[in-house]
Amino acid sequence: MQKITREQLLEKACALLASGEVSCVLGWGAGEFGYDVTPTVFKTAEELKEGFVFGDFCGVNFSKYLVSKTQKLEGKILVFLKPCDTYSFNQLLTEHRFDREKVYAVGIPCEGMADIAKVKAIAGEGIVSIEAKGEKLLVTTLYEDAPVEIDAKDVLAERCVNCKSKKHVAYDELLGEEGDVLDSARFDEVARLEAMTPDERFAFWQNELSKCIRCNACRDACPACTCEKCVFDNPNSGVENKSPANSFEEKMFHIIRAFHVAGRCTDCGECSRVCPQNIPLHLLNRKFIKDINEFYGEYQAGAEVGARAPLVNYTTEDLEPGEVFDRRGENA
Amino acid sequence: MQRVGVFVCWCGSNIAGTVDVQAVSEALKNEPGVVYSANYQYMCSQAGQEMIKAAVKEHRLTGIVVCSCSPRMHEATFRKTAAAAGLNPYMVEIANIREQCSWVHKDMMTGTEKAIILGKAAIAKVNLNAPLTPGESPVTKRALVIGGGIAGIQTALDIADAGFPVDIVEKQPTIGGKMAQLDKTFPTLDCAACILTPKMVDVAQNEKIRIFSYSEVTDVHGFVGNFDVKIKKKARYVKEDICTGCGACVEKCPMKKVPNEFNLGMDNRHAIYIPFAQAVPKVATIDPNACNMLKNGKCGVCAKVCAAGAIDYKQKDEIIEEKYGAIVVATGFNPISMDKFDEFAYSQSKDVITSLEFERLTNAAGPSAGKLLRPSDGKHPHTIVFVQCVGSRCAACAEKGKEYCSKICCMYTAKHAMLTRDKYPDTEVYVFYIDARTPGKNFDEFYRRAVEEYGVKYIKGMVGKVVPEGDKLKVQASDLIANKQLHIDADLVVLAAAIEPDKSARPLATMLTASMDTNDFFTEAHPKLRPVESPTAGVFLSGACQGPKDIPETVSQAGAAASKVIGLLAKDKLTGNPCVASSNELMCNGCSTCERVCPYGAITYIDKEFRMPDRTTKIRRVAVVNPAVCQGCGACTVACPSGAMDLNGFKNSQIMAEVDAICK
Repeated sequence: MQKITREQLLEKACALLASGEVSCVLGWGAGEFGYDVTPTVFKTAEELKEGFVFGDFCGVNFSKYLVSKTQKLEGKILVFLKPCDTYSFNQLLTEHRFDREKVYAVGIPCEGMADIAKVKAIAGEGIVSIEAKGEKLLVTTLYEDAPVEIDAKDVLAERCVNCKSKKHVAYDELLGEEGDVLDSARFDEVARLEAMTPDERFAFWQNELSKCIRCNACRDACPACTCEKCVFDNPNSGVENKSPANSFEEKMFHIIRAFHVAGRCTDCGECSRVCPQNIPLHLLNRKFIKDINEFYGEYQAGAEVGARAPLVNYTTEDLEPGEVFDRRGENA
Repeated sequence: MQRVGVFVCWCGSNIAGTVDVQAVSEALKNEPGVVYSANYQYMCSQAGQEMIKAAVKEHRLTGIVVCSCSPRMHEATFRKTAAAAGLNPYMVEIANIREQCSWVHKDMMTGTEKAIILGKAAIAKVNLNAPLTPGESPVTKRALVIGGGIAGIQTALDIADAGFPVDIVEKQPTIGGKMAQLDKTFPTLDCAACILTPKMVDVAQNEKIRIFSYSEVTDVHGFVGNFDVKIKKKARYVKEDICTGCGACVEKCPMKKVPNEFNLGMDNRHAIYIPFAQAVPKVATIDPNACNMLKNGKCGVCAKVCAAGAIDYKQKDEIIEEKYGAIVVATGFNPISMDKFDEFAYSQSKDVITSLEFERLTNAAGPSAGKLLRPSDGKHPHTIVFVQCVGSRCAACAEKGKEYCSKICCMYTAKHAMLTRDKYPDTEVYVFYIDARTPGKNFDEFYRRAVEEYGVKYIKGMVGKVVPEGDKLKVQASDLIANKQLHIDADLVVLAAAIEPDKSARPLATMLTASMDTNDFFTEAHPKLRPVESPTAGVFLSGACQGPKDIPETVSQAGAAASKVIGLLAKDKLTGNPCVASSNELMCNGCSTCERVCPYGAITYIDKEFRMPDRTTKIRRVAVVNPAVCQGCGACTVACPSGAMDLNGFKNSQIMAEVDAICK
């Protein structure tokens, strides 16, 4: 269901490699399963032709990879960026996390990526292959004779259902057509949580976060989490490997992380995409974004390189802390 | 592990009255690291300090906790005590059990409990204290004064008098400022020029003082003792060092219709001009917006008549870079624009003027050669209405005027009224006022004389409307004491316009990272105890840039600012505060968040090479704090997403230890 094809991307990548404009390509590589796409560095056209894939499971946001890859690799890197990825790209540039000169960014349109969990919920386990056919996905499993036909719209990832923008905010070259910033309903779920009583909300998060296995995938995938030394890996921080007094204390990890990326999170949704336990982690970040919008005016991290985020800026119009307290209502 | 000594002070009965000091010193004895705990009547006394010194020796203490008054009071005292005993002075922590405890509690039980908790917190902190050594930085022994009015002139003269070189930067072609435009000065009525121009000449002749006139400060970097400043010397198209100020060029210049700024546009000057006879430097300046030669290359008369050959139509703006140890801001004030005060018909009638225009009108060097004549028809005005507080004390009309009192208007209006009655006794003079505010030496006597001896009609109330009708100005006003409406046919209306800081002050404050209030007046470091220092180290305030001031106040503040500058420049080295931020470069991402929140511009970035565990090297951008500029506010430590920034003496771990101790 993607409008742009693997062949188009391949052609662009090979041409740029051949012209010497770039020395390698950061792209999606085939994983163990069809839906299990892995970020890969390709250095030759042959490698690309063999291993490069593109389809409905290419959700990976490459922006973060540029931090380490631009340091390690010689020459310019070609990177494919979906609209939502470009926000992370800009945010990292704002924070001087990589050298823009070492990147050739190609913006590609995105029709929304599929969520494998949703596919499995419909088609069942034992998926052998998934083939896109128009607006449908044909899922072949070990247990069914005929492929299961699924409407691609039904298995869109949550972040794509509530897509915030089809417009690229950064690129060197754009493939396909440019889209617009969208009016998404992405804060509806946050509003639903806000309407809960404190006890209900505590129970909700207790339930969700208790699934956490502390695999650190959310942190490792998050484009805002690029600290040289993460506080959770730092023996001097006092929170590294702290043995939890109760099950919830360990889950403070997610709340601390949400505070850490507050004002810098672009709402790219990688945290929830990579979570093996399907915890809706993006809701924590969205609560911060919603609050920042309401308290300090609309702000989209990464929309503009060098923008001053409200949390690290001071204006005389800033809300007084007391006012924040008053506005939070009974359910805060 | 530290060996901590705890010393609980009674402060007479100030603390001991509500805190059981014996119980406090007993309770703190068993805290981690504490090897000695005692209490004494007055810890800050000589005997108390000796007790601390003796305990350091006897118990081999490495850290000291004094439970006493606010650290603002005696932290310095006890640091000196520690230093005298051979300890690093920053190994002392104060638990404030007076202001934060005994003075706010009435009950002995609660007071004692809280004192113990505060003591525990201080002990927890001192356990993590590390010796700190303040850095030193050299001092450039040269001062910069920005603004060449009476404030800047006096400051420069006083600094130069102490033997230090001073540069004055003045944006106008001459120094002198607003005072040069004034006629007489209250309350003694001596002529402004007579007392100002000798000072201007002193400045010109002083070998220690350089004047950069027609110049502006464009860039300031560095920190106290070591400022790097860029000054833009605007092209005046006249070679300053050659021009003799003879004025031949001015006489012959054919372009005669340029509004004269010095007389507030009430008469005209030439395209090449010397602002006034006593200008310093007495050098001609060509107005590029009016000069035909500069605009279209046709004329060149001034170059022909200049015997010295000083005219240079090709002159360019010049950037001068200089180092300074201290900067004095003396940017002064301006009357506010009367555009928003239509009710007084300022823009409709030439005979509605501001008080500063009235000064020029009565000045012998002014547009009417000192005769008080109406600007419209040159006739002698017989009825004059003075309106006070135009735009001052304007709480309800903040979008039009200013909330504050402009302070000088009551006195100069009394002066204007008195002088008018003195010179032209046939003139009726009305003054409308909200309050007559005349505190100051001989001020009230002066005002009383205007009312009682000179028969000036003071009416408490405001003018509502001025309507020009024929050659009269119909003034509608209310007399609040008689409780009636007044209608006066006036010949001249004089508005005491509020004063505001010069427009150049705001961008300058940004360059200096000096703070301002909402009215754009510079803020002082402490409103009472440090009135001439800005909160930014090395930046001082002189004159009306800090708040409305009359001349005597300005001169005394200028002297005070100069003495602070002299005190700074007299030092060879400056000792910094060691409680400044520092960045752990192994953790720093170089993300620039700290740089953005730093109010002092103390943080810069460098590309630094790091050896990686795999023996390769990696170049990373990391933050570096300049300890001489950092004021230790801690904003960066909170903003840093990586936790790389920390504040020496107030490390996050120390604060957390205090919180833990309190919550235990």
